[in-house]
Amino acid sequence: MSEEKFDVIIVGGGIAGSVTALLLARAGLEVVMIERGNYSGAKNMTGGRLYSHCFNGIIPDFAEIAPIERKVMHERVSMMTETSNFTFDYTSDRLAQPGKESYIVLRGIFDRWLAEQAEKAGAMAVNGILVENLIIRDGKVCGVIAGEEQMFADTVVLADGANSQLTTKAGLQRKPVTPHQIAIGAKELFELDEKKIEGRFNLAPGEGSAWLFAGWPSGGMTGGGFIYTNKASVSLGIVVTAAEFINARKSVNELLEQFKAHSAVKPLIEGSKLIEYSGHMVAEGGYGMLPRLYSDGVVAVGDAAHLVINAGYTVRGMDLAVGSAAAAAAAIISAKSRGDFSEKSLSMYKRLLDDSFVMRDMRRFRKYPRFMENRRIFNEYPEMADEIFAGVFVTDGAPQASMFSKIFKTAKKNGLRNLAKDCIKGVSTL
Amino acid sequence: MTEEEKLGVNKFHVDENFSHIEINKEACPEDIMTLVRACPAGLYKYNDGTLTHDCAGCFECGVCRILSAGKVVSRWEFPKGGKGIEYRFG
Repeated sequence: MSEEKFDVIIVGGGIAGSVTALLLARAGLEVVMIERGNYSGAKNMTGGRLYSHCFNGIIPDFAEIAPIERKVMHERVSMMTETSNFTFDYTSDRLAQPGKESYIVLRGIFDRWLAEQAEKAGAMAVNGILVENLIIRDGKVCGVIAGEEQMFADTVVLADGANSQLTTKAGLQRKPVTPHQIAIGAKELFELDEKKIEGRFNLAPGEGSAWLFAGWPSGGMTGGGFIYTNKASVSLGIVVTAAEFINARKSVNELLEQFKAHSAVKPLIEGSKLIEYSGHMVAEGGYGMLPRLYSDGVVAVGDAAHLVINAGYTVRGMDLAVGSAAAAAAAIISAKSRGDFSEKSLSMYKRLLDDSFVMRDMRRFRKYPRFMENRRIFNEYPEMADEIFAGVFVTDGAPQASMFSKIFKTAKKNGLRNLAKDCIKGVSTL
Repeated sequence: MTEEEKLGVNKFHVDENFSHIEINKEACPEDIMTLVRACPAGLYKYNDGTLTHDCAGCFECGVCRILSAGKVVSRWEFPKGGKGIEYRFG
């Protein structure tokens, strides 16, 4: 390729990359998006759902036209021990309010569609090409290197995911990422008849269930299990902090196997067929882990910028990817109008992000990663739930104590002081 | 089910000419065991004091890179464009 120069090169064709490309192309900029997979989403997976609010003003009717799996109408959270499981299940019309609802998606399917929207708007999408390095001149990022080829642009957008090494090359990721800041996500996808899914999960047609588990699925380590209902398949997996495996007794696969074998899980996937096994890195360090987000000629968006919120009962990344893409695109369009792509000019990205839901929520949950390192949540509390409910429901003819005294006795055993401390901390960090 | 059985259902483009991960077989056994447990694809195997690793099947998640760069993992790159794992569902 000759010294062709684009307005913007986007590295990575996932959600953050595709939305950035879409918005820049709509504004008339010359954009090329380079994806290393054979199609957008080929390298991506999720153990989560997409909150629709992020598409307001971008693709307002996305829920009608995008290939989504199911709308989440049941929010389930469980505390699980080896032999017990306590679940709460919230369902409400409020979960279905337009603009506030969330959707389960499969990334190999969804991202492909999203990249097509960017292409329709005029962006050029190149698949199957790995960007190996950046061209940096006098400290300014001015292009990318892929094999023998060099391509130049005024701005390079790094949308290359949680495992980005280009953010380090660009000088944005200055300290190495540590095993405490990331988690391992592993997921099995089981093909199951739509009607069976709706029956087993108590769902109306088209409705879905998001379900998170604390305790047994992660073997008491920091992390948890998840089950999501897709259209005609069920996603089941675990997410565990990487550092936990340094002294772990079990492997990722052993944890998955014991989770699937649990009596509360086994009937849900009975008779289904495994159709895919996937894994991914999750950046879980929160606000304290954020790299620099921009520099001369370069910005980072989505997972590459480690924009993920893990609040225990919910995990968000995809809506933050969309939000950061919108902020980055607006900043680049403005930089283009000034003809200035310096760090100072692109700092508008950070300002827009700070004022958006992305950073408001990142800041709000900034203490949460430390709180989640508290092992009691994954060990003592699921055990406690088991004891309390065994006390309430198991009847053997012996004299029954009052409900309050049963709960108090169990709580006392685990240390009232710790319990009170964790409650206050938990509530205040949320 | 073993990891191998699970990987059998995945779509994967093997690159016969390029190993995107290079390992140090002399690494400390404790560090090796961390990767044996942590690799979701179960590609690190340690039997009778010998470490073996296969790039075919890799999810390219990079967790081994973060856990063990400079220890067990001596080089970690992405596979060439179009090679490696291809999620049909994701």
